[in-house]
Amino acid sequence: MLIKSRRLRGLLRTLASVLTTLFGLLLVTFVISRLLPADPVLAIVGDHATEEYVARVREELGLNKPILIQFWIYLSHVIQGDLGQSIRTSRPIAQELMNVFPATLELATLGTIIGIILGIPLGVLAAVRKDTMIDHVVRFLGLVGYSVPIFWLGLMGLLVFYAKLDWLPGPGRLDFGYEDMITPVTGLMTVDTLIAGDMDLFKNALGHLILPASLLGYFSLAYISRMTRSLMLGQLSQEYILTARVKGVSEARIIWKHAMGNILVPLITVIALSYGNLLEGSVLTETVFAWRGLGLYITDSIFGQDMPAVMGGTVVVGAIFIIINMLTDVAYRLLDPRAK
Amino acid sequence: MISASLRSWLLSDTPDSRFQARAGRFYLGWLTFAKNPLAMLGLIILVLLVVMAVFASWISPHDPLFGNLEDRLLPPSGKFWLGTDENGRDIFSRIVFGARTTLYIIGLVAVTAAPIGLLIGTTAGYVGGWVETGLMRLTDAFLAFPKLILALAFAAALGAGLENAVLAIALTAWPPYARIARAETLTVRGSDYLAAARMTGAGGWRILFGHIMPMCIPSLIVRVSLDMAGIILIAAGLGFLGLGVAPPQPEWGSMVSEGRSQILEQWWVCTYPGIAICIVSLGFNLIGDGLRDVLDPRGK
Repeated sequence: MLIKSRRLRGLLRTLASVLTTLFGLLLVTFVISRLLPADPVLAIVGDHATEEYVARVREELGLNKPILIQFWIYLSHVIQGDLGQSIRTSRPIAQELMNVFPATLELATLGTIIGIILGIPLGVLAAVRKDTMIDHVVRFLGLVGYSVPIFWLGLMGLLVFYAKLDWLPGPGRLDFGYEDMITPVTGLMTVDTLIAGDMDLFKNALGHLILPASLLGYFSLAYISRMTRSLMLGQLSQEYILTARVKGVSEARIIWKHAMGNILVPLITVIALSYGNLLEGSVLTETVFAWRGLGLYITDSIFGQDMPAVMGGTVVVGAIFIIINMLTDVAYRLLDPRAK
Repeated sequence: MISASLRSWLLSDTPDSRFQARAGRFYLGWLTFAKNPLAMLGLIILVLLVVMAVFASWISPHDPLFGNLEDRLLPPSGKFWLGTDENGRDIFSRIVFGARTTLYIIGLVAVTAAPIGLLIGTTAGYVGGWVETGLMRLTDAFLAFPKLILALAFAAALGAGLENAVLAIALTAWPPYARIARAETLTVRGSDYLAAARMTGAGGWRILFGHIMPMCIPSLIVRVSLDMAGIILIAAGLGFLGLGVAPPQPEWGSMVSEGRSQILEQWWVCTYPGIAICIVSLGFNLIGDGLRDVLDPRGK
């Protein structure tokens, strides 16, 4: 009973800290949008509007109220899911973000899956064969992943696999002209084409997905393999491993059962962090691959001088980041016996 | 390379002064660092970058800002080592001058972000109470954003331009420094030397600036140097999205973006500046790994 209530208290504390962080996030975005040198009213009404019209829009936006009241209005709108209106399209930003989000989700999820499937075994291999050729190769791959600008690697990927070798289709989520043939159900192009039962379009979507997802997967691999290696090395030097060896436990069992069991919980944190990083990496990747997701939406809005849309996108990415961290925290509490 | 007497002075078991002890410890660290060939490679890359930036006018064979339109989009050759861009400018010369931009950005970010973090972290740690809670919550809020996206939002709000890009990056880079500074402050907050300083009548600001901040600086410098590669990548990303320097100033990220439209035919325009970014950020990563080996006692 006592344990349970302590766990509950831990969860409540996590929740409270998440809420204050979310509040801080909104405070930061609010300050940024007020930092803006350009007048947001003029951005909406244009340069030639009459003075009364400007005043009316200013009134409607609440911009003549005290700054604290403005923040309060902003806060209450965001809590109700209202991120304002896009200046470019005059449509609700929350709606537009909902439309583009699945594309980013598809990309980042597949990237993380690739990163996990390759990164964990590579990291384990590097740790077990420490200071051998394999270790050096894995570490070098990781180091390069930390050093290469993702947008440049994307361009190089397009140059090699699309332009030179012609193995893969170019930018976009489907070949040009096909995008309208699919009605979005889930927004995930690979799933939607399957629902539509069109195998050719499914292959097409998969072909478009494979290069950007592999790129993100590589960056995720760089991080995951590095962390797996160092976590694994930390375990392999411990005495319980020696005990297991003395008892005659097979090496495979020692590594995958004993040591892996102990690093699994911190690895979940690593994977969650890498997922968050991929959301960030997707901004540049989507720009290179003309992938209509959250990242491309934000950069397009920057070029369109559409600051409310930029801020809306920033809030959503930040909130996702916080929620991922919270879920990791909760998973940590539930899975790690020491945290109980 | 180093004289025998200096060496024995540095490695003395019984240092006569604090300076000698410090220099000796620094020398031991350097010996570990120098034994690591990859770390030394990183150092060489950094030195080359600085040399390139300082002597850019001597090294570059052509004008980096103005080209001859007759020389548009020429492939790499004896005259133009890495080819030319669509304005006929020599890409090699622009990369050389771009080293200045890169150094300028990381230098400016370091001297802006580190003091912000230092001030916030030490204040939070020393004052404590609700000031600490408030400042650390703010730090957490900043940490909640992915760095690049927050930098994008700042840069978009501030407008394009090199100084704004630097400011945007600095505003996203300080939170880890604040955390480190606070942790260091907490370890010395109750120490005797601070009590002694207080007894001699030193005021809060003097204790903060004179007695606490110097304690935080070593670990802060290490952390900043570990962050350099990341800062270079974010700066390049902002440049790629057109939020970096104003044209025609050379910046590697924006050079990649300028070459984007010709990538299929004139691949060299965006390939080489990207390689420059890779090499430099790899260099900083190698240095960072080497530093970590030197400073992490568990690595032994």
